[in-house]
Amino acid sequence: MEQLLYASATIIVGVFGCVAYFYGSNLLLDVALPPRGEKAGRNINLSNMIRPWLFLGPAVALLGLYLVYPVIRSIDLSFRDASGDAWVGLDNYRWMLSDAKFYESLINNFWWLIVVPAASTFFGLIAATLTDRIKWGNLAKSLIFMPMAISFVGASVIWKFVYDYRGTGGDEIGIINAILVGLGGQPQAWITLEPWNSFFLMIILIWIQTGFAMVILSAALRGIPEETIEASILDGANPWQIFWKIKVPQIWGTIAVVWTTITILVLKVFDIVLAMTNGQWGSQVLANLMFDWMFRAGDFGRASTVALVIMVLVTPIMVWNIRNARREMV
Amino acid sequence: MDNIAGQKSALGWAVNIAVVALVLLWTIPTIGLLVSSFRDRDQISTTGWWRALTASEQNVIVRSAPPDAQVAEGDLWVIAGNIFEDGEGEVTAFGVTSRAPTALTPGTVGEMSKDRTMTVDASGNYRITSPVEFSGSRGTRIFATTLTPPQFTLANYDRVLFSEGIFRSFINTFTVTIPATVIPILIAAFAAYALAWMEFPGRALLIAAVVGLLVVPLQMALIPLLKLHNQIGIGKDYLGIWLAHTGFGLPLAIYLLRNYIAGLPREIIESARVDGATDFEIFRRIILPLSFPALASFAIFQFLWVWNDLLVATVFLGNNEEQLVMTGRLRELLGSRGGDWEILAASAFVSIAVPLVVFFTMQRYLVRGLLAGSVKGG
Repeated sequence: MEQLLYASATIIVGVFGCVAYFYGSNLLLDVALPPRGEKAGRNINLSNMIRPWLFLGPAVALLGLYLVYPVIRSIDLSFRDASGDAWVGLDNYRWMLSDAKFYESLINNFWWLIVVPAASTFFGLIAATLTDRIKWGNLAKSLIFMPMAISFVGASVIWKFVYDYRGTGGDEIGIINAILVGLGGQPQAWITLEPWNSFFLMIILIWIQTGFAMVILSAALRGIPEETIEASILDGANPWQIFWKIKVPQIWGTIAVVWTTITILVLKVFDIVLAMTNGQWGSQVLANLMFDWMFRAGDFGRASTVALVIMVLVTPIMVWNIRNARREMV
Repeated sequence: MDNIAGQKSALGWAVNIAVVALVLLWTIPTIGLLVSSFRDRDQISTTGWWRALTASEQNVIVRSAPPDAQVAEGDLWVIAGNIFEDGEGEVTAFGVTSRAPTALTPGTVGEMSKDRTMTVDASGNYRITSPVEFSGSRGTRIFATTLTPPQFTLANYDRVLFSEGIFRSFINTFTVTIPATVIPILIAAFAAYALAWMEFPGRALLIAAVVGLLVVPLQMALIPLLKLHNQIGIGKDYLGIWLAHTGFGLPLAIYLLRNYIAGLPREIIESARVDGATDFEIFRRIILPLSFPALASFAIFQFLWVWNDLLVATVFLGNNEEQLVMTGRLRELLGSRGGDWEILAASAFVSIAVPLVVFFTMQRYLVRGLLAGSVKGG
């Protein structure tokens, strides 16, 4: 209970602190450079130059400290030893390039990057198209969207139960194996089944992300001008053609956004692998490999090197996003 | 626009069925765990959760009452009783030996060795007779196939909340989440206003930087910040994790709010300026009230993100009993109690209940935030 008091106190102090800072600093600026008197013009210009930075100050400081500085520091750490003190040159990179687990992670990440965005976008598109046509569509959307609210660990518990394997003796209590047995097949230990287990882990992320894709694509589909669809109906297009040749090409931009957003998420996701297999049975991914080296091995140099690889993989999307954002603002 | 002549009804059915299938696929995993969280340990491990809704058939081995309980009836010694402890259930078959545990139908009499007989009726009453007195200390084994009616229990929740430390983790998660959701909002709102409505050199560059920082992997930030936090003495403290979540949440907050605030009507802001309002007043009197929907969207995002986060909590908060958050606890349970589904299921639902409630009550704002964050910006 004591810590809840601590938390409440922090909220109050934090909120009041922010308000006091913004109010106080603006007041101070007005007093220091009054917009009247003989130097009014100069003062107004000066305060117009300073004020934006008062507004931006805390945000820029926090962003700099919590996101920009770590990137630079990580680059530095990747050239240092386990404790982050002694300079070791390219040793960490040499280690990485000869590490089997690194290659395994790279290959698995490659599959994650292909399968999860593609499948989520695909199912999202289907779900969006279908739910927009029926009366209870909003309820259906809610239910498909729901896994978004569930943590990756929670989702892992849910799916570990789905994949549960008993083997011989007793009924299967995991629904997939139960169905398989019901159809006359052999139950499988899905989680340890190399090399397919990675794909069973991907299903969890697809399950979570489809709702996101659906919501965004559904809005894009509704934004398509009716005239284009009416014209194609008049020209005799069937629903299949309308969907693939009229609707989908018009929402390419949104599909790309959904795709890249999920791609970024895939690169960062580690909770699922950590909770389901912890990288065993050939299912390691970069984010979990980094966590492994950082937490279990306590080797900050190698962990930073792996983190940098993730950063490098994210960079093209970052550049693409920035270019799009700038184009839109002009 | 979908009413293409003649195709509507057939297509309509197909669409409805397809959506039902999708919804089932997407909800069944969750429902399975939810149902299991209300079943007791034996039920979970012997039958699939989908059987929980109907009576379940089980093969059981029960011991009769011990020989002490025997009574003499004429020249026979008799042990009688009911195989169901709570008196509920139905016997569909029974047997007297392990070689044929389902050989006899209820009500018939089974012959045992030494001229003993056994009979079990459908409601579970058994009667074992013997021409000589029963001896020994243990009862006779009865093999039975029983139908047990659906049974649900709250015992799992009772157990995880009050004796497995989940409640403590629940409070910890709350402690982490609330300040980490509230504090970034104000900081971001001011910055977003400056980026949307104030002219100054470097503005475009800053916006580009925010867009870029949106995708920086957290993995990059962990080690340098952990070192930094340790140096200034907030290494395993709530203050550290609040600051970390604030920093990590800011790009999205600024981005979402800037998009929204930049879309507010120019006339309102210009006319306020003409009337002599300062930027601070414009922000407080006009921007803040008008951007409530965007603020709500971000708050929900940040709440869900922080509540569900495992990575930041593991790194910036201790893994000890006092500081473990819900996600960390769940992960630990998955490792140490992997087969104890009654504990896992109930714990998982305690942890996802809050985000689900937030999700279903505030879905409107969440969707709006998603759209503002992705479709417009990209």
